[in-house]
Amino acid sequence: MFRILHTRQLSDAVFEMGVEAPTIARKVRAGQFLMLRVGAGGERIPLTFSDWSAEEGWVRFIFMRVGKTTHALSHMAPGDSLADLVGPLGNPTHAGGLGRVAVVGGGVGAAVAYPVARAMVEAGDDVTAILGARNAGLLVLEDEFRAMGVKLEVVTDDGSAGRKALVTAPLKELCEAGAIDHAFAVGPAIMMRFCADTTAEFGVPTTVSLNPIMVDGTGMCGSCRVTVGGKTRFGCVDGPDFDGHAVDFAELMSRQRIYAEEERVSAAAYEEECTCRPKE
Amino acid sequence: MPERDARERAGDFSEVGLGYSEEQAREEAERCLQCRNPTCIEGCPVNIDIKAFIAAVQRGDWADGVSLLKERNPLPAVCGRVCPQEDQCEVACVLAKKGEPVAIGRLERFLGDFDLACDARHRCVAVPGEPTGKRVAVVGSGPAGLACAGELARLGHAVTIFESLHEPGGVLVYGIPEFRLPKSIVAEEIDALRGFGVEIVTDAVIGATHTLGELREELGYDAVFLGNGAGLPVFLGIPGENFNGVYSANEFLTRVNLMRAYEFPRADTPVWRGRKVAVIGGGNVAMDSARTALRLGAEDVFLVYRRTEDEMPARREEVHHAREEGVRFEMLCSPVEVLGQDGWVTGLVAQRMELGEPDESGRRAPVCIMGSEFTVDCDTVVVAVGTRANPLLSATAPDLGLTGRGYVETDEDGATSIPGVYAGGDCVTGSATVILAMGAGVRAARAMDGWLTGA
Repeated sequence: MFRILHTRQLSDAVFEMGVEAPTIARKVRAGQFLMLRVGAGGERIPLTFSDWSAEEGWVRFIFMRVGKTTHALSHMAPGDSLADLVGPLGNPTHAGGLGRVAVVGGGVGAAVAYPVARAMVEAGDDVTAILGARNAGLLVLEDEFRAMGVKLEVVTDDGSAGRKALVTAPLKELCEAGAIDHAFAVGPAIMMRFCADTTAEFGVPTTVSLNPIMVDGTGMCGSCRVTVGGKTRFGCVDGPDFDGHAVDFAELMSRQRIYAEEERVSAAAYEEECTCRPKE
Repeated sequence: MPERDARERAGDFSEVGLGYSEEQAREEAERCLQCRNPTCIEGCPVNIDIKAFIAAVQRGDWADGVSLLKERNPLPAVCGRVCPQEDQCEVACVLAKKGEPVAIGRLERFLGDFDLACDARHRCVAVPGEPTGKRVAVVGSGPAGLACAGELARLGHAVTIFESLHEPGGVLVYGIPEFRLPKSIVAEEIDALRGFGVEIVTDAVIGATHTLGELREELGYDAVFLGNGAGLPVFLGIPGENFNGVYSANEFLTRVNLMRAYEFPRADTPVWRGRKVAVIGGGNVAMDSARTALRLGAEDVFLVYRRTEDEMPARREEVHHAREEGVRFEMLCSPVEVLGQDGWVTGLVAQRMELGEPDESGRRAPVCIMGSEFTVDCDTVVVAVGTRANPLLSATAPDLGLTGRGYVETDEDGATSIPGVYAGGDCVTGSATVILAMGAGVRAARAMDGWLTGA
C-alpha cells in the first residue's frame, strides 16, 4: 500500500496528489511515468510524475477527473492509501545539449512539462515555456513555472488568462523568429499534433510525450502501440517520448477512444453508487 | 475425468474438468502396471517418481502420494492441469502403445487438489532448512520464480520475490484462464510459499524500480535468480494491425484474467467484446484466447493457423475442448492484412497455404499459394503468435550475457555471465511450458545453494 501524503485541488477537475514512495522517488527522472491502481478490482492507469523528492521519499502526479478511476482518486485524502504504485517507467526525457527549447504544456500536460523544463534548465538548456488551457480554471502550475524563472507565455482558448490563443501561436512566433532549436510538447494528442505540424514547417526537431492506453506499462501487453515513422513502437518501453514529426497522431487518437463507451458505462455506474455528493 | 458440458461451460469462466473422485482415482491408478523399468519417469521434464506416486494412489495413501510428487514438483495442482502430459509422461507410458495410457496428469491433479483441500497444518510442505544467513532475490513470480523460491527456502535461504504486477503468479494469473486453472489454486500455492517464509514484493519492476546491480550492491542480496519470462508480444507486422479491436493475446488475456474484465463494470478494466473474433496462431495461448472470446459472448470464433491441426503446438486436449465449445478452425491460411473502417477492424485478408518440405523444426513448412487471397469478416483479431524477450531488465544490466535473440545466456545449472546471478524459464528458453520453467527454477536453486554455501 502507498500512503497519500498530500492532495490539492488545482481547478474544478484537476487534482494533485503526493504519495509516500521512497524507493520510486530515488529513481524518477523527468518524463517518466507511473502506473497506479486505486484498490481491489481497480484498473491500472498511467500518470506522469509531476514532482518528487528523493530526500523526503515522495512522488507527486497531477490528474484530471474524467472517468471512474480518476473520480475515485479525487475523493481520496491524506492518510488514505493507494493499492499499487509502480515505477518509474518509460525512458526519461532527453535534456541537455538542446540549446534553445520551447517546452509546451497543454492542460494537464503542464504537469509533465514542469519537471521536463526543470531538467532542461538544470542541464543548461535555454527554456521558453508555453502553457495553454481551454480557460483560466484549467491552467495548472503557472506559479511553479514562474518560480523556475524561465521565459513564460500563457495562453487560453477564451482569453480568461494570458493571451487568447492556442499554444501553436507563440510556438510559431518562436519558430519564425528563429529563436528555438528544439521543441518539446505534451498535452492532448490533437495539441501535440498541431505543435508538430507547426514546427515541421521550420524544421525544428520536436519531441512529444505520448499517452496511449496501457495495461501493465512494462512492455507486456502491446496496448500502447503507436506508429512512428511507419514502424510500430510500444509507448511504455520505447517511449513515452517520440519524434513528433514521425508519429501517426490519427491512429493514436483513434486508439485512445477504444473504450469510450465502456468508460461512460463505468463512470455512470460509479456516479450511481458514489455518495460524495447529493444526487440531483 | 468428468467434464462440464461444452455448451454450459462455454458460457462462463468456471473450470472445465471436474477432477476425479477418490474411487475414480484409485480405479485409474489400478490400470498402472508398475513397470519394472518405468519409461514414464524419463518422459517427465523434472523426473517425478511417477511409478511410486501412482502406487501410493493404488494404496489410497494420498498424503504419501503428495509428498512423492512434491519431491520434484512444488505445484502439482497446477501442473496436473496445464502440463502437456500427452507429449511427456503419458506418451512414454507402455499402455500408450496399446491404446490408452494411464492418466498420469489427472492423478497428479487429484493429489494436488487433495493437498490443497487439507488445512494448512496437514498440508504436505517441505520443512524449511536451517537458516544459512544468505539472502536471495528472485525476479518474477511465475512458475520459474515460485519453484526456485520454494526450493531455496527449503534449503534454508531467506528469499524475497520481486513481482512487477500487483498480483503474484506471472503467467499463471495473467495468461492461463480461470476455466483451465482456477486462480484460487495459484493463490493457495502462493500463500503456502509465504507461510514457508518467502517474502513477496509486488509492484517492483526490476530494471526500473531497482536494477539488477542494485539488488546486490544496495539491497545486499547474496544471489539473484531471474525468472522474469518472455514478456513482449510478437505482432505479425501486417498492414492494419493497429486498428482498434486488434489485440495481442497477452493484452486480451491479461485484461480478462488478471484484471477480470469479464466482470466489467464490477471490475474497472474493460475489454472489447467482439461478435466475430479471429484468433491467429495454433498454440495453447491461441486456444485460450479463442475460448475466452467465446465466453465473453462472441457469436463466431475462428482460429487462423498456417499449417494443419497435426502441426499445432497446442495440447490436443485444448484443441478438443475448443472445438467442442464451438471454435472453428481455419487451417492452412496465413493473414496478410487486417481490414478496417473508421479505425476499427472489419475483416481479415488471408492467403491459403499448402505444406511443403520439412523445415528446421521438423514440421512441414507452410508455403503460400499465389493468388489465393480471401477475406473474412470479423470485428476482433487476437494475435497469438508468441512472445519475445523483454529488454527492460537486461537494458539496465550491461554485464548480463544475452543470446542473439535477447534471451539470458546460462549454463545447464542456470548460471549467467554474472557470478551469483542465475536465470531460468522463458527468459532463458523463450516461451515454453510451466513444468520446464519450474524445473529450471528448482535446478538453479540447487546450483545457487552450492554457490552460496561454497559446496
